Amino acid sequence: MGKLQVTEQSKRYKVIGTRPVRHDGEDKVTGRARYGGDLFFKDLLWCKVLRSPHAHAKILSIDASRALRLPGVMAIVTSADLPRLEDRMVESGEGVENLKFMTDRLLARDKVLFKGHAIAAVAAVDVWTAEEACNLIEVKYEPLKAVVDPLEAMAEGAPLLHGTLTTMTLGKKVQKASNVCTHTQFKRGDVHAAFKGSDVVIEREFRTKTTHQGYIELHTATALARSDGQITVWTSTQGGFAAREQIATILALPLSRIKVVPMEIGGGFGGRIPVYMEPIVALLSIRTGKPVKHTMTRAEDFQATGPASATVSRIKIGARKDGTFTALQAWMAYEGGAFPGNWGATGAMCVFSAYKAEHLLVDSLDVMTNTPKVAAYRAPSSPQAMWGVDSVVDEIAETLKMDPLELRLKNAVEEGSLKADGLPYGRIGLRECLLAARQTEHWKSPLPEGPYTGRGTAVGFWHNAGLQSSAIVPINMDGTASVVTGSVDIGGSRASMAIIAAETLGLKAEEVRPSVADTDSIGHTDVTGGSRTTMTTGQAVYEACQDAIAQMKLRVAKLWDTQAEHVEFKDGRFVHAKDPGKTMTVKQLAPNLPRTGGPVQGRASVLTRQPGAGFGCHIADVQVDPDTGKVTVLRYTAVQDAGTAIHPSYVEGQMQGGVTQGIGWALNEEYVHNERGEMMNPGFLDYRMPTFPDVPHIETVIVEVPNPNHAYGVRGVGETPIVPPMATLHNAIAHAIGARVRSLPMTPHKVLDALMETAKMAAD
Amino acid sequence: MKPIEFDAPTSLQDAIRLLGTDPGKVGLLSGGTDLIIQWRGGRRELSRMVDLKHIPELNVLEFDPARGLRLGAAVPCARLADFEPARQHYPALVEGAQLIGSMQIQSRASVGGNVCNGSPAADSICPLIVLGAAALVQGPRGNREIPAALIVTGPGQTALQGGEILVEFRVPAPAARSSSAYLRFIPRNEMDIAVVGAATSLALGHDGRTVTQAAIALGAAGPTPIAADAAAKALVGKKIDEASLAAAAAAASGATKPITDLRGPAPYRRHLAGVLTRRTIETAVRRARGEERL
Amino acid sequence: MTGKRIVTATINGKAVWLAVDNRMSLLDALREAAGLTGAKEGCLTGDCGACSVIMNGRVVDSCLVMAAEAEGATLTTVEGIANGSQLHPLQKQFLRHAALQCGICTPGFLVSAKALLDATPNPTEHEIRYWMAGNLCRCTGYEKILSAVKDAAAELRNAKG
Repeated sequence: MGKLQVTEQSKRYKVIGTRPVRHDGEDKVTGRARYGGDLFFKDLLWCKVLRSPHAHAKILSIDASRALRLPGVMAIVTSADLPRLEDRMVESGEGVENLKFMTDRLLARDKVLFKGHAIAAVAAVDVWTAEEACNLIEVKYEPLKAVVDPLEAMAEGAPLLHGTLTTMTLGKKVQKASNVCTHTQFKRGDVHAAFKGSDVVIEREFRTKTTHQGYIELHTATALARSDGQITVWTSTQGGFAAREQIATILALPLSRIKVVPMEIGGGFGGRIPVYMEPIVALLSIRTGKPVKHTMTRAEDFQATGPASATVSRIKIGARKDGTFTALQAWMAYEGGAFPGNWGATGAMCVFSAYKAEHLLVDSLDVMTNTPKVAAYRAPSSPQAMWGVDSVVDEIAETLKMDPLELRLKNAVEEGSLKADGLPYGRIGLRECLLAARQTEHWKSPLPEGPYTGRGTAVGFWHNAGLQSSAIVPINMDGTASVVTGSVDIGGSRASMAIIAAETLGLKAEEVRPSVADTDSIGHTDVTGGSRTTMTTGQAVYEACQDAIAQMKLRVAKLWDTQAEHVEFKDGRFVHAKDPGKTMTVKQLAPNLPRTGGPVQGRASVLTRQPGAGFGCHIADVQVDPDTGKVTVLRYTAVQDAGTAIHPSYVEGQMQGGVTQGIGWALNEEYVHNERGEMMNPGFLDYRMPTFPDVPHIETVIVEVPNPNHAYGVRGVGETPIVPPMATLHNAIAHAIGARVRSLPMTPHKVLDALMETAKMAAD
Repeated sequence: MKPIEFDAPTSLQDAIRLLGTDPGKVGLLSGGTDLIIQWRGGRRELSRMVDLKHIPELNVLEFDPARGLRLGAAVPCARLADFEPARQHYPALVEGAQLIGSMQIQSRASVGGNVCNGSPAADSICPLIVLGAAALVQGPRGNREIPAALIVTGPGQTALQGGEILVEFRVPAPAARSSSAYLRFIPRNEMDIAVVGAATSLALGHDGRTVTQAAIALGAAGPTPIAADAAAKALVGKKIDEASLAAAAAAASGATKPITDLRGPAPYRRHLAGVLTRRTIETAVRRARGEERL
Repeated sequence: MTGKRIVTATINGKAVWLAVDNRMSLLDALREAAGLTGAKEGCLTGDCGACSVIMNGRVVDSCLVMAAEAEGATLTTVEGIANGSQLHPLQKQFLRHAALQCGICTPGFLVSAKALLDATPNPTEHEIRYWMAGNLCRCTGYEKILSAVKDAAAELRNAKG
């Protein structure tokens, strides 16, 4: 496992591609590392939240007087204590949000819009008093009809979540109020005519249920407001700056009054980009003058933080006899949750991202539902969009009796192919992944003995984000270097930053000390998410190192009594252009820095506009128990283009982790709602994520088609691997039982129903 | 949550006295893996917790070939699973105990607590039923025996009356050429509550093939565990073959009164009851013949 | 004081006195009263194993143990796995194999794996997977954790000679 398959790498690196132990590793295996929940101040107040029992209701009154009289209760806040914000869309991390709704999302104003919607927050001397106080707050509700399914929310007569909401469609606003908040469309050519002229046309409907990122660490935030107005917030967040911006916006305070200290973080996957309790504990600290801490329960996490959309998608693909795709059409509806957002548009970009065709039509809707506002979850919107496509592609392969990888190779996008929005792809590695998949041991091996075994394959895509990052690289007097960035380290990225710096400066990985800075200590850095960290922050680190090298060249020139133009930096050392025998390493230069001009500190700020898309191709073998419908994944191989694998172990880890989340999404994970819109399974018992015995060995093959927009060719890798598993397993199950389960999760009883239906049809 | 008292009595009498100090609000703590969750989740209000684990009678774990097994109510599943006589003579019970959650849960959870939680999906109750077990229960007015099949009276309810503590289970000595098996169906491979569970205990005649005694019980298939008598009857006097297996499976499905809930639809549970019945019969037979052991 | 007590226990080989409220779990007591924040809160319902500690020789979810139950108990937490500054083979192999990404589940896995290797020095892959079914990881897909535990087991067996 973990083979590197180099397809285009011509350069060989000294540190990049090796596997040094991560710098924060020892702290994490000894329990010393401090995560958000590990802070306990002496005079800490504990916060608990009263949440709505209804999925949809008017708030008629809130009476906290009895709660306030409880000894030990120090403050209680509701939305009345938060500033009213205007109706305007703003960037908040990795998506967009309407300012007006930002506050309402955190503390309900006139209506509660999902079960678990926060209504009031209490700060008390201990957690039990805070809980007791919540029980004493009296809220009068007028329950309204709730709607959780996107199709039901779109239907005529569905209860409206926001009375004034109208659909943003194709850049215009529609007059009629509805729960559909956006309609995105991409169009190319004439699909209807093209379908008429095709030899094969397959149209199918697919459904997915709401799923959650399932990070193991519970959401937690601690805030301390000083009397001089400075507020410090310690939190497990995917981005200190994104958190600071959201907190400042919601509290209507200047950014400079707020410092966010990002703690070690126990998983994010997009779910820790929005803030939930940070502004509230800050507000309670302002009120009480004491540090205030809140940690969610798992039930709160499931019911009140942003999950991933449930979807309905209708996919139609036309092809010629030789397998060439003629037309691609999709209609999709994305659950949006209780407040407007925009994942439907992203889904529209992803749905046909892997395939070429002359004609294309994509319509994608975001629909408001009485569920928490949907947040990013690892390649958000892409898994839901692409899985149905690869099911239909698989059916076309069956119909045309073509090998499934051959059919995909025939239609795979490449450099210059048009995306849905009409812009061309840069250099990408989908073809290389498909070719590599064809060469794997797995693909070449015979299917395990049945009965009811099957093999499936599917592809995945994520555009990867660029955004902004800053880095500082101080050179230490002993010739080692520090690397300071604002990128929260969720998966080992600080080791990759150290590797990049070491490679660039001619040092060993252990000679670089990486750290993650708070918002007072580094320039603006966007979130750790979007698969952007190794790519963009890595680029910033590279450029900061180049800045340090440029400064150091001047110092070397002084020492060599020559001009700066005559000093080059090659292979990790300074070389005299006119006298190649004369060289100096950073280590040798460093003690001389004070007398040649003072400390050297490289710095850079980067905004990446062209990140470099990431493609992958997966293969899975499954066995189905024909008496129970239970699916066992026997073998799994993930192939993915990483551009350049900075630390191969962590690239493999991202692939294996994404695959495992995908397996859960495919087979078992879902929000179960009752008819009142209440989530019935808000815990790890009945929200079934894969455990150790539920997954097979996950083999990884890293393909490297370098990204031309990065100094070392890096592409983001974190998100793509969650995209292929659903279709990969769906296709494998289809080949195992001769029937397709087009609704996720493919639970045992659904698989059994499909199997028995097919058996009945065969018998008749 | 209001403040609570916490006691760790060393005698059964003290425990019974403490239980009576605030009826309905005293939690009996064995493994705590149900109680603590329910109390923290606000489903049970407590003024006191009484830790039963220091009471000698509740920690008994003994086997005698003539008298059978004595299993104290507070014995953790992990300890039971390590007890060789239980593995050999009562495999269904050990299988059930080893399915109650993870290793961490099994280090703490007890069969006594599992049963007293009153869930028809409990993994230990069906094995106890088919093995003919009885619970010894003690209260302020003395002690009594309750047959396993009568302990769970409804979802979350047991036949124990206010003030009574379950002290131990007595499982009869196994007959010659007999054995048992327990299976549950879950969507993952561990960590789930049973969608359906089935336990079978049977004895074979001298020919090693004809069933002379049988008991089958189904869990998570109705509001209480179901003693599938008709399914068991379908085996007695017969050899195990496709016909008798099919008959037992059909009878088991027919005995279920399942609901549709977030763990599975009713028709699916009915179907699974038949599948698991068949599979536990086959395993019990192999074990009874000495072809396989836990 | 009503509802509060002093609990005396041995934690990682040291005798410790903890002032606790009866409502606290062992997990709360370790994190707040003992200053041992290695055991983590993941679910508080015994479903994720992030709070795993070894209590009187068996691995338990400390979120489902009352603090008061720790009276007289012998406990091992992740902070007690290393031998002073010398990392345990499990810790070394986890680092070597990159068997952690965010690291929040790592203390629980290390404790659970130590309990496994104490009981079963030569576990099969099946035994490893099922022993730690109660430890959830959302980042790694378990693959590198499996390799790390296998190699640590081998290292420990070789050290015993």
